[in-house]
Amino acid sequence: MSASVDIDDVTLTYRGVSGGVLALKGTSLNVRRGEFAAVVGPSGCGKSSLMKLVTGLMPPDTGSIVISGEKVSGPVKIAGMAFQNPNLLPWRKVIDNVLLPLEIVQPYRSNFRREKVQYRAQAEALLKTVGLDGFGDRYPWELSGGMQQRVSLCRALIHQPALLMLDEPFAALDAFTREELWCVLRDLWQRIKFTVILVTHDLREATFLADTIHVMSSRPGHIVMSKTIELPRPRELEDCFKPQFTDIVHELRVKIGEVRQA
Amino acid sequence: MNSMLEKLSPLLFTIAIFVLWEAVCRIFKIDRFILPAPSEAFAAMIQYWRPLMRHSFVTLWTTMAGFGIAVAFGIALGLIVGWSRTIYRGLYPVMIGFNCIPKVAVVPILIMWFGIGEVPAILTAFLISFFPIVVNVATGLATMEPELEDVLRALGARKLDIMLKVGIPRTQPYLFGSLKVAITLAFVGTVVSETVGANAGLGYQIALAGSNFQMPLVFAALLLLAFEGIAMYAVFAWMEGHFTRWAFRSSMSAAA
Repeated sequence: MSASVDIDDVTLTYRGVSGGVLALKGTSLNVRRGEFAAVVGPSGCGKSSLMKLVTGLMPPDTGSIVISGEKVSGPVKIAGMAFQNPNLLPWRKVIDNVLLPLEIVQPYRSNFRREKVQYRAQAEALLKTVGLDGFGDRYPWELSGGMQQRVSLCRALIHQPALLMLDEPFAALDAFTREELWCVLRDLWQRIKFTVILVTHDLREATFLADTIHVMSSRPGHIVMSKTIELPRPRELEDCFKPQFTDIVHELRVKIGEVRQA
Repeated sequence: MNSMLEKLSPLLFTIAIFVLWEAVCRIFKIDRFILPAPSEAFAAMIQYWRPLMRHSFVTLWTTMAGFGIAVAFGIALGLIVGWSRTIYRGLYPVMIGFNCIPKVAVVPILIMWFGIGEVPAILTAFLISFFPIVVNVATGLATMEPELEDVLRALGARKLDIMLKVGIPRTQPYLFGSLKVAITLAFVGTVVSETVGANAGLGYQIALAGSNFQMPLVFAALLLLAFEGIAMYAVFAWMEGHFTRWAFRSSMSAAA
């Protein structure tokens, strides 16, 4: 059901007009099955490149990426993705936006017409778990930014992916909506136990959600620190103000300060 | 009351322009061979209604035929050009070059090939109006959000899936926007061709009446041409609003 991810000594260069840019160099990272991993780092450190590598959208120059024992050599087909921008299709109703992956991924794709009623029920149920009960027949532009991001999460999860890739999904939201969605994501993950790789700038977000936090250096990016977060689960928003929590955030902040200097 | 005024304003403005035109002609006693008053143009319209109707109909159907070919060809070429960057880069200069050729210069060639009649008019309407359709369809495809493409590719979607599920639906506002431009251009193409060489159509009527110094009739034909243009524009503006309401709504919600 969930996938393990092993990134081994990966190098990635972007070829631009003015020569290549070395985005990642000697990056290694391991994520266990069902683990919630967060990657934090200064801006422009190649966090998003890491997403493209893991999902097989881009091949590395050297090194290898292995997902659940299989080497990645093309788009992985098992990943759900969500980005800072919800990227919903404005001409589709919310429910049809959520159903989009089922129109593409096998075996749902072949059964889509026959099983449509059942799939719709699944999508409705998923929308309900993120607090969007009854919003299926609305259009995305009728929803607030936070609600759109919830829909985007549902779309990333409807096909029950073994791996969920999140690239700063809450960065564009206000602080309160963001914390609300942390809890939505926490509950979804604890219920379904997929593997998550969350790329974020927000150290509190990473600490609140993740089992392990990986700190990346500035470009060319590589992992300079991996920290296991021992805080007991389930975590509550109230825990964010406890000394253990703030100590971890502080430690991460100091580390990022160092790599920014370097 | 205010919204009533706003609804009626197109009609009021049109009437005002005609009244002004009439007034200028009468006050300055402008010779009808220079600029006939609208009353004279409308009188000519009534007097010559039978030939004018026939010519209007010819212009309308040749324009629509040329425009129809332009839509089919423009969408097909736009999809091909928007599909691949290589084709986009390769074909773009050729298309720009082609679009820069004044279509008046092509009409004699078309008449040489197909003879005097409706065919050159249809082809001129097509040649002049397909370009904005191609450019807009291609732009609609080319400006697809890369993250959205990533989402779908990470699910194992093929290029065709991405085109059908995202690319083609999202080009619709671009397409309908371009149709409004293209339909007015198509009328220009038809009339240019009819003026140069034809034996029917409003362009032909204008050229003929002009050489006979029947200026009120020339203006009557011009007014009918303008009317046809406005009517077809309105049809496509309505279609745009009807089929791509989401595009207008979403931009409104982004502003709110």
